[in-house]
Amino acid sequence: MGGPEVERLIALLARLPGLGPRSARRAALRLLQQPQTRLLPLAAALNEAARAVRTCQLCGNLDSADPCTLCADPRRDRGIVCVVEGVGDLWALERAGVFRGLYHVLGGTLSALAGTRPEDLATEPLLARLRAGGIVEVILALGATVDGAATAHWLTERLSPFGVAISRVGQGVPIGGALDVLDDGTLAAALRGRRPF
Amino acid sequence: MSAPALRLTRLTLSHFRNYPTLTWRPGARILVLSGANGSGKTNLLEAVSLLVPGRGLRGARIADLAAHGSAEWAVAGRFATPGGEIDIGTGTPPGGPPDRRVFRLDGAAPRSQAALSAHVAAVWLTPQMDRLFQEGAAGRRRFLDRLVFALEPGHAGEVAAHDTAMASRNRLLGGGGADAAWLAGLEDAMARHGVAVTAARLALARRLNAALATGAAAPFPVALLGLRCPIAERLGAGPALDAEEWLRRSLAAGRTRDAAAGSAATGAHRADMTLADAASLQPAGQASTGQQKALLIGVVLGHAALLAEARGFAPLLLLDEPAVHLDAARRAALFAALARLPAQALLTGTDAEVFQPLAGRAEFWQVADNTLARAAEAAPE
Ligand SMILES: [Zn+2]
Repeated sequence: MGGPEVERLIALLARLPGLGPRSARRAALRLLQQPQTRLLPLAAALNEAARAVRTCQLCGNLDSADPCTLCADPRRDRGIVCVVEGVGDLWALERAGVFRGLYHVLGGTLSALAGTRPEDLATEPLLARLRAGGIVEVILALGATVDGAATAHWLTERLSPFGVAISRVGQGVPIGGALDVLDDGTLAAALRGRRPF
Repeated sequence: MSAPALRLTRLTLSHFRNYPTLTWRPGARILVLSGANGSGKTNLLEAVSLLVPGRGLRGARIADLAAHGSAEWAVAGRFATPGGEIDIGTGTPPGGPPDRRVFRLDGAAPRSQAALSAHVAAVWLTPQMDRLFQEGAAGRRRFLDRLVFALEPGHAGEVAAHDTAMASRNRLLGGGGADAAWLAGLEDAMARHGVAVTAARLALARRLNAALATGAAAPFPVALLGLRCPIAERLGAGPALDAEEWLRRSLAAGRTRDAAAGSAATGAHRADMTLADAASLQPAGQASTGQQKALLIGVVLGHAALLAEARGFAPLLLLDEPAVHLDAARRAALFAALARLPAQALLTGTDAEVFQPLAGRAEFWQVADNTLARAAEAAPE
């Protein structure tokens, strides 16, 4: 059906989160039927993103600027850093518009069962930011899973020598809940309800 | 308990276990299903148990529920409830994978299994429970957790979180040279979830004992349910935060020993459920099989009373082989208790004769050749 180019397009689309083989076929069809208005602009956008977007060396966000737009924004409170598991959580918090400080993307949580160990997380860059000075508070927003809670506990020990205030987002986040699936109101309440560790 | 009762008025099976198709219209509050071993009596009770949240009375894998040679199966029940008539269905999704199960509530997909809890509930007794006090603590713990879960759906998540934290800690300890702060984080999770799990188990025991003491299972011997668990002892002696702190410290102090043993010596996973006759205080483990069965029936009836209080309607009672191991006096007590309760009860047995004292109050059905037939009504005694 449609030759190897079409099959390859469908196979690649089907690997995207939220898309299965069926919705991938539908998306591919829509793109191919409207090459000028859909397919070519998408191809250009993908190309452009692949060329320009990189990981922010400071916080781990994805942006075409490095340091990223958030890290470079002079209006943000540089004294507070919110530590999140992934870029998706950072984007969720930004969408909710409730946090005015800077972020740090850890790149995962410790997991004994999945084999994620301390050296797999972006902890050293965070410690380097603290050593550089100016940070007075760290908020740990790591999701209400066992691994998220254990990682927050572990990180608190690593951060305590710096004498910064450490608090945890957890209130109102259901057990097993990841931050990036919460609605904005719940996220805002969770951030307001943070508790000192 | 004076709550109105949930009533099953129609059960439809297709390609379920030994039944290619079956439509059953029970017409009484007490239903006796008799038939030879292997005739499919328990499968009918299991079908009904699958219409309430959970994995059914056998805890079976979904793929095992389909009739031989069939990939799809379905069970549907019509219920008379205090809020009106409702239809609940479950089975493999049409054309979907055979190891998945979906629900229907009045023809539409319910938002969650919990949405069904507002309408239907069931408690059950199975012959497997006859061995509860001959086998290990794990079976008794699961039995107790199921009682808690029926009343507090969040309990399952707390147990799972505790067990995940424990398995993670075991893995770290087994690897050697584990990061102490990471271990402390997992022990903190074990302590928080372990204390929550234990508090829920204790609360269930307290409520159940109170219900039984006030006659929820009368005229059955009153059972006393307890928890053998050091966390429960701490919770009885002081605030929950102290119990958490004690558990955190015990785990931290036991790392070397736990690493050598490959498992945690302390935690909610070590709890055992105890059951005793409230009058003689004789533990179930030392009682005759008949006494054990009577105590368990008492617990099931007491649990039904708690559910009725919480939901506002009496749950279905699914009693698989309840008369086995009971002497004539205890059987009479069971029938008297069932007659007194508002709940609909489905009873199975190989021999209908045993249930004759219920004649006039119960409907008798014969199970054979993958179908159900109304048995000739005997005159009431
Ligand atoms: Zn950045």
